[in-house]
Amino acid sequence: MNISEKILARASGRREVSPGEIVEANVDMAMVNDITGPLAIETFHKIGVKNVWDDNKIVMVLDHQVPADSVKSAELHKIMRKFAKEQKISCFYDVGFGGVCHQVMVEKGHVRPGELIVGADSHTCTYGAMGAFGTGIGSTEMAAVFATGKIWLKVPETIKINVSGEFQNFVGAKDLILSIIGQLGADGAIYKVMEFDGQVIKNMNISERLTICNMAVEAGAKTGIINPDEKVMAYVKSRVEKPIEPLKSDEDAKYEKVIDLNVSVLEPQVACPSSVDNVKPVSEVEGTPVDQAFVGSCTNGRIEDLKMAAEIVKGKKVKSGVRFIVTPASHEIYLQALREGVLETLAEAGACICHPTCGACFGGHMGLLADGETCISSSNRNFTGRMGSPKAKIYLASPATVAASALKGEITDPRRL
Amino acid sequence: MEIKGKAVIFGDNIDTDVIIPSKCLTTLDPDELAKHAMEGLDPKFYEKARGGVIIVAGKNFGCGSSREHAPIALKHAGVRCVIARSFARIFYRNAINIGLPVVECPSILEKTNDGDELFVNLTEGVILNLTKNLKLQASKLPSFILEIIGAGGLVEHLKRRLKEHGKL
Repeated sequence: MNISEKILARASGRREVSPGEIVEANVDMAMVNDITGPLAIETFHKIGVKNVWDDNKIVMVLDHQVPADSVKSAELHKIMRKFAKEQKISCFYDVGFGGVCHQVMVEKGHVRPGELIVGADSHTCTYGAMGAFGTGIGSTEMAAVFATGKIWLKVPETIKINVSGEFQNFVGAKDLILSIIGQLGADGAIYKVMEFDGQVIKNMNISERLTICNMAVEAGAKTGIINPDEKVMAYVKSRVEKPIEPLKSDEDAKYEKVIDLNVSVLEPQVACPSSVDNVKPVSEVEGTPVDQAFVGSCTNGRIEDLKMAAEIVKGKKVKSGVRFIVTPASHEIYLQALREGVLETLAEAGACICHPTCGACFGGHMGLLADGETCISSSNRNFTGRMGSPKAKIYLASPATVAASALKGEITDPRRL
Repeated sequence: MEIKGKAVIFGDNIDTDVIIPSKCLTTLDPDELAKHAMEGLDPKFYEKARGGVIIVAGKNFGCGSSREHAPIALKHAGVRCVIARSFARIFYRNAINIGLPVVECPSILEKTNDGDELFVNLTEGVILNLTKNLKLQASKLPSFILEIIGAGGLVEHLKRRLKEHGKL
């Protein structure tokens, strides 16, 4: 079996499972945020069960509209706080203590190799970077999980993606995953798992792996996953007290198909409006004027991303007329970036530093776009209306490309600065 | 289970942000959500859908976020069923869980025009285009999914199950 099959077999109490089978699995962790949580809570009350199945296995994070940007958001946050208190859910991350839910889940040790995690957020697939099977569900389904701790899942087929070669300078994880989505298409891995392997993936640090798995859903995948190695185990052991039982793909594991890629000639990649699979090398869109540049989100708001942006803008100024918005993905990252002077470098260059939130990425607050404006963003979606006006345009790229573009006021290849 | 309605056509990769934009997610009121359904693509969709329609679309319908507000907005705007070449998986589950029938049919887009009268038999997986007098084969839903839709969604279905087991 491959790693995904092994995790689903373990979670459903079976020795073996194979693609196409429907299993009823026991959930190891369940996560909601302030957009999907209130609806899950309302639905949980409709079911009529008094207590959640396990108060230690639920994580609640306020991240999308924080601090409350409107009275309506404040009301939703109130529903979340009340529920956490009533149900004695201790893993509740309020404003100032958490950040973007997926980063919080990983940092706080709620993502452990070999476990099945469901989150009421599509980017729950991020957890595959830690060797866990994480997948997104909706609020009603989450309410059922709150009540029973169980979920039905179809065992998916797996596409294995082997990555070899060596990245050029200023080319990395984001460029690779954009290139893969461009090749597969927005529905290229629909209902399936994308398992990433090969020397390039093995060389990646945790942050880079999180970026890769985070965007698996943009090709339609149920999750993205990487076999956990010593880097993952070292990271997890420093943050988790529970015993960990990692699972890995067998040598003779079966895959629907295997794709081999080499990154040695890969240019920085850009996903053009208004579909994540509309991917082009930066050279084809260089010179496109931008009104806003955004570094942040569960895709690319980690410390390495902020450092990369800071390295590029250090001692320089953001082009006049461009808003450069930087949003660290978590409070922990914010503090580290503050202590190490990264935020200072960015702010001196003219970046507007925001607190950890999903804000601009999902078009909630903290950097929306007007009619006719263009943004280059390190986030994960460029759908019509995603960051505000349906008449705005969004290009997705790496933090390096975004920072370079902020300096020039137009889409810029970071290698040419 | 049988459904009838006029077809409203959309293309490939219809994402959740156009089905219901982020700015509307601070409400839990289904009727308020319904007013903004599909407004990014068709500002008049709400008026069109009232009275009951069937959405016909291409591949990967509902891609993007896990927001259940998307199928809720469609259902309460008057969408009785979505027929697409394929669905994004979270949207697919969400739709079933809130009792909005979803049917996969590979040839649906080529065989349907806007406004065609459609008839869907969910149990048999058969679609009739009454305007064109055509019969199309759709994927048959597994019986436990039909049970969820039949109960009106996952909440009612789960309540029944819990009662059967004496847990409610």
